[in-house]
Amino acid sequence: MTAPLLEIDDLRLHFYTRDGVVRAVDGVTYHVKAGETLAVVGESGCGKSVTAQSVLRLVPSPPGRYVSGQIRFQGRNLLDLDMAEMRKLRGAEISMIFQEPMTSLNPVLTVGRQIGETLVLHQGMDQKAAEARAVEMLKLVGIPEPERRVREYPHQLSGGMRQRVMIAMALACNPKLLIADEPTTALDVTIQAQILDLMRELKSRVGAAIILITHDLGVVAEMAERVVVMYAGRKVEEASVDDLFARPRHPYTLGLMGSIPHLGSSLVHNAPPRLAEIQGVVPSLREEIPGCAFAPRCGFATERCGRERPEIEELAPGHFAACFEAERVAAQFAEAAS
Amino acid sequence: MNAQAPIEAGPLLEVKDLKKHYPVRKGVLQRVVGQVYAVDGISFTVGHGETLGLVGESGCGKSTAGKSIMKLIEPTSGEINVAGKRIDNLSRGEMQSVRRQVQFVFQDPYSSLNPRMSAGDIVAEPLRNFGVAVRSEVRDRVAEIFAKVGLRREQMDRFPHEFSGGQRQRIGIARALALHPHLIICDEPVSALDVSVQAQVINLLMDLQQEFRLSYLFIAHDLAVVEHISHRVAVMYLGKIVEIADKRDLFGRAQHPYTEALLSAVPVPNPRAKSQRMILKGDVPSPIRPPSGCRFHTRCPYAVERCKAEEPKIREIAPGHHVACHLRGPDA
Ligand SMILES: Nc1ncnc2c1ncn2[C@@H]1O[C@H](COP(=O)(O)OP(=O)(O)OP(=O)(O)O)[C@@H](O)[C@H]1O
Ligand SMILES: Nc1ncnc2c1ncn2[C@@H]1O[C@H](COP(=O)(O)OP(=O)(O)OP(=O)(O)O)[C@@H](O)[C@H]1O
Ligand code: SF4
Ligand code: SF4
Ligand SMILES: [Mg+2]
Ligand SMILES: [Mg+2]
Repeated sequence: MTAPLLEIDDLRLHFYTRDGVVRAVDGVTYHVKAGETLAVVGESGCGKSVTAQSVLRLVPSPPGRYVSGQIRFQGRNLLDLDMAEMRKLRGAEISMIFQEPMTSLNPVLTVGRQIGETLVLHQGMDQKAAEARAVEMLKLVGIPEPERRVREYPHQLSGGMRQRVMIAMALACNPKLLIADEPTTALDVTIQAQILDLMRELKSRVGAAIILITHDLGVVAEMAERVVVMYAGRKVEEASVDDLFARPRHPYTLGLMGSIPHLGSSLVHNAPPRLAEIQGVVPSLREEIPGCAFAPRCGFATERCGRERPEIEELAPGHFAACFEAERVAAQFAEAAS
Repeated sequence: MNAQAPIEAGPLLEVKDLKKHYPVRKGVLQRVVGQVYAVDGISFTVGHGETLGLVGESGCGKSTAGKSIMKLIEPTSGEINVAGKRIDNLSRGEMQSVRRQVQFVFQDPYSSLNPRMSAGDIVAEPLRNFGVAVRSEVRDRVAEIFAKVGLRREQMDRFPHEFSGGQRQRIGIARALALHPHLIICDEPVSALDVSVQAQVINLLMDLQQEFRLSYLFIAHDLAVVEHISHRVAVMYLGKIVEIADKRDLFGRAQHPYTEALLSAVPVPNPRAKSQRMILKGDVPSPIRPPSGCRFHTRCPYAVERCKAEEPKIREIAPGHHVACHLRGPDA
């Protein structure tokens, strides 16, 4: 077994704000190997993005503070590096596709310059070669008329095109690790299919590792080998993609799967089956939660869940869950599926 | 609430050859230099108690179609009938009575609610504007509607920022319901929501339809959601409807190459089902200079010479199944 390319180990990142401490990341551990795609899913606000941004040390500090943990990339703890060393890694070895493209593109630079810059900086290309490569990259991400677009500024592009420019930038240097935070959420399914193909290609061509943050379980099923499910700043389940879909063991994961409609359902069912709802809302991360953070919304909860916090445990080879009732959850799913 | 769904023959909404062209202006004089053919001649009906899904890529004209029907934007041409009454030629004042029957739910539950009004006042506003409830009754009426959409009475005095995304969308739906409309145009009502919250809103819309025999025009880009909630589905491409059918026909026997591509591009949440992809090349062409002939010919894998020159007419190729493609239908 090869050592993981990236290991996030018991990471705690808290925000110290005027009205209290936000425990945005509260002891998260996950890893990804070269050539592997790890998907991270979870309710909005559960800490997916800030965990990923921590890898590139992009979380503003203050208010953010690393309370504990390590982020090891090829064995080195990134939290120990200074900013100059970090900059060398960014864009070259690790690159990121952000959830909101406008915040990460420079409005006063043409698209071509922005893509070219990373190539000049990290690959020592000259300006002219970089420009040519930028055109090539734009073509790869499906932007029509790349020769014209390369001279345009971000505001001249549609949202979907901006997203693809960012993807082009992220892929330009053939990074070893690509962190993609909702890379296709703003895109149409037909363009999404092109982008997912590009990511697969990066993986097979340079053996890159990919961390894919998404709320789309279809994208997860299609892209990932392994999945981490987060809830309220913690990892609540981790499994291979097959195991997760075949035998979910955390009630939140179960809820997620029941809540989405499936394509082709009208061909199977006479009337659409009622979608499962996860009642209630996510807990505030400002207060210390004594028991299981999911307890107020959980149909499996017992009295113990309110008192005691379930630790994440390996329940089957490679399948981890943080739930006292994991076996009951798996059994119910199996029954419903049969 | 009254369930005054009229038992009538004929559709509740009938749209005939609807067009909306936006002028493209340029320069200091703001001269009109072209047109965006955002909606370019679409026809469809929505029956009583029926949901018609409207899907298609970003920019194909879905929102423009929805807004034109309610005359939130002025259509360029076309005929719109609601419950057999023609409304496209009505004046602003005359539209008021139609507004009671047709309501709109917006995509973004964050920006579509006035942040300075309490949730109760937001829902009460249409009741007051239309004077349909006496002042003393308004609060009770609002409470009743709150209960219908799963909000609590005491939440009436809270402000939008105190609600979660799903709850805000409920407020938007409550506001739309206040006047007992027959038709609600839902423009991406769940796209901004977490999947778990999305399920609540979809279930709610379907329950309300059962109870009040509501009709929906349901605009969305998530095909699985549209399949779940709709009875029939229309697929738009660059301002035109290219296929419209009962949902089982559309999802089981799609006939238009664009529908086929769209369906095959959707990732399915089942890791064992590796899908056969039909990946479309290139981007959606500009609606300012739509391609000649069939608008899809620049991306269509089956395009033939004829497609560049001649625009395919939309034809009924099986009962209720309409398709606009030269390769489909009797003379294909
Ligand atoms: N600068 C900040 N100050 C205080 N709290 C913050 C800050 N940045 C993020 N947070 C909080 O940290 C938590 C995690 O945020 P994060 O952006 O990682 O969520 P997410 O899982 O990516 O959600 P989404 O699916 O909506 O993108 C949230 O509760 C958020 O409000
Ligand atoms: N006020 C306007 N002036 C000029 N063009 C407009 C205007 N509103 C929309 N358009 C154009 O009309 C076309 C259709 O836009 P519309 O918003 O209806 O698309 P849509 O199908 O709803 O897309 P989306 O899925 O992104 O919401 C687009 O090309 C858009 O740029
Ligand atoms: S530990 Fe208890 S509350 Fe938490 S997910 Fe499991 S059953 Fe539910
Ligand atoms: S008419 Fe021609 S280009 Fe258009 S969808 Fe049919 S085959 Fe394709
Ligand atoms: Mg995020
Ligand atoms: Mg729209």
